[in-house]
Amino acid sequence: MSPLQPSSAPAPAPAPVAPTDPSALFTATDRTRRKLLTQRIAGIVFGAMAAAILLPLLVILGYIFVRALPALDWGFVTGLPEQGMRAGGIWPALAGTAYLVVFSLLVAAPIGVMAGIYLNEFARDNWFTRAVNLAVVNLAGVPSIVHALFGVGAFVVFAGLGKSILAASLTLAVMTLPVIIVATKEALAAVPRSFREACWNLGASRWQVIRTIVLPNSFGGILTGLILEVCRAAGETAPIMFTGAIVFKAVESGQLLPYNPTDQCMALSYHLHTVATQIPGVPEPMLYATAAVLVGFVLVFNSFAIAMRVRLRAKKKW
Amino acid sequence: MISLLKIMLLLALVAGVLYLMYLIYRYCERTMVTLIHICGVSAIVFVFGIFFFIFREGAPFLLKDFDFGGFFLSDKWYPTSEENPRFGILALVAGTGSVTVLAMLFAVPFGLGTAVFISEFCGRKTKEALKILVEFLAAVPSVVWGFIGMMVMNPLIIKLADAPVGLNVLNAGIVVGLMAVPVIVSIAEDAIRAVPDEYRAAAEALGATRWQVVRKVIFPAAKSGLLAAVLLGVGRAVGETMAVLMATGQSINIPFDGNAPFFHPLQSVQTLTATIAAELGEAPSGGHHYQALFTLGIVLFAITFAINLVADLIVKGIRKGK
Repeated sequence: MSPLQPSSAPAPAPAPVAPTDPSALFTATDRTRRKLLTQRIAGIVFGAMAAAILLPLLVILGYIFVRALPALDWGFVTGLPEQGMRAGGIWPALAGTAYLVVFSLLVAAPIGVMAGIYLNEFARDNWFTRAVNLAVVNLAGVPSIVHALFGVGAFVVFAGLGKSILAASLTLAVMTLPVIIVATKEALAAVPRSFREACWNLGASRWQVIRTIVLPNSFGGILTGLILEVCRAAGETAPIMFTGAIVFKAVESGQLLPYNPTDQCMALSYHLHTVATQIPGVPEPMLYATAAVLVGFVLVFNSFAIAMRVRLRAKKKW
Repeated sequence: MISLLKIMLLLALVAGVLYLMYLIYRYCERTMVTLIHICGVSAIVFVFGIFFFIFREGAPFLLKDFDFGGFFLSDKWYPTSEENPRFGILALVAGTGSVTVLAMLFAVPFGLGTAVFISEFCGRKTKEALKILVEFLAAVPSVVWGFIGMMVMNPLIIKLADAPVGLNVLNAGIVVGLMAVPVIVSIAEDAIRAVPDEYRAAAEALGATRWQVVRKVIFPAAKSGLLAAVLLGVGRAVGETMAVLMATGQSINIPFDGNAPFFHPLQSVQTLTATIAAELGEAPSGGHHYQALFTLGIVLFAITFAINLVADLIVKGIRKGK
């Protein structure tokens, strides 16, 4: 009780009001009512906008999976294409995508992670660092078909790799590099500065601090970036069209490693483009099944990344 | 048998390389630091590399008898004509422009609206769920969007709009718009989150409703970030390849003319990106057509570079201002 109030007169108990609803506190004027109505309408409109964007996504993905069901079975995934790809399965395309993803990851992961380390741990705040950051953004913003032209000019022609898995996965690696760089940078930035300072005080060198403290504490975030790179590399079509993907390649059934790195390969994304646009008379369930496998693969990997991020955030101690 | 041997050899090789890398990682500090510095500048090297190698392939066309007016101002793209090949990109630019404009008409309001809803109007749980959905939207590969355009949107447009073909500007515009939305949402949301909470608190203390806060406080404060979001959305739409290749109908055509309504979204077009994707495979290496396609690549590279540079300057501009 406030000392200013006379003790003889007890203060009236404040009316229990919800602080967010002014109409309970005051007699609402028309103006207030209009204001609140506008707020509600705005909320509904923005919510409807979000729903209008995101619901079609769910509907379309559901539709693809439902239409794919008649053709989608184990034999489709592990089988070889038959009758000019109008029957059979997609195994060579799936294996080719795996090749491309693994090779591009082998190249992009070390370069991307080290570039992220450089940007977060070594780079000073000057024009050069800004240029590097701008280059990263630009690398992510360059159209995929321009990356394809780069792949043709640099790897297929100049480096003499020809159209091959190597050329295609190098192109993919350059293209997906920004994903890894940005993820690594953010993961490292999330490690508190005090951790590093404690180490420096013990006389550890910059690299020792990174190796023993910074990297172990940001491992999850970096892994998330690598998973996102896999998604991206698996889904891209344009960069591999002219650098290594091929419409059809005869492989033996049951072969685990059907390609050499210098071969051209089939790839799932390119296969989808081929059967959808180049080959007449492919049964529709097969088209949908090919799309469903590609989307399913990408979304499952993406869910891994999201689940990992949620878990990391929950586990975070600082 | 041979296959098994090959796999085992490969595994041994991978294990060896990994062990070597671990040794360097563990014991060679100087090497690692040098490597990190080299990789640090890799992004710049690659950006220059992209420009250099595309220029290298396209240079003969660009440096020898390059006809500026015939390239930029003519709509006659007859690259395979025997006696008189013509390389006018005006119709292709119009194709890219029409798809981009339509996509943005749809993606900008919906993207910004979604960003505002996610950051200002919904609860924490809804927010997380919506952000995951936006991420899924961004993850769907462009070839799948093209497939959706062909298989789902195409019959829908023929039925609803009574159009002769469903593969047209409208189809591609909607598909590309959906692809640009996640870019716009995530960057706009970042921009809105960067507005200090004190601003919101101050406005709410004056009795402003949430909508008034958004309109009078958040929008002005996050203006440049929102602009950058729109710009990067445009960049995404201009650069999109597979979806427009499959959904625009691939016919060289300017969808604008003097007759009302001046813009005809139900006509098929062909974009810059799709032209490269569709024709590079058939163009004989080193020929004029091949070099012209690389010149298109330079044009695209320049456009997206400019967009990214401007967006970066805008974003950095506000950082400095604070």
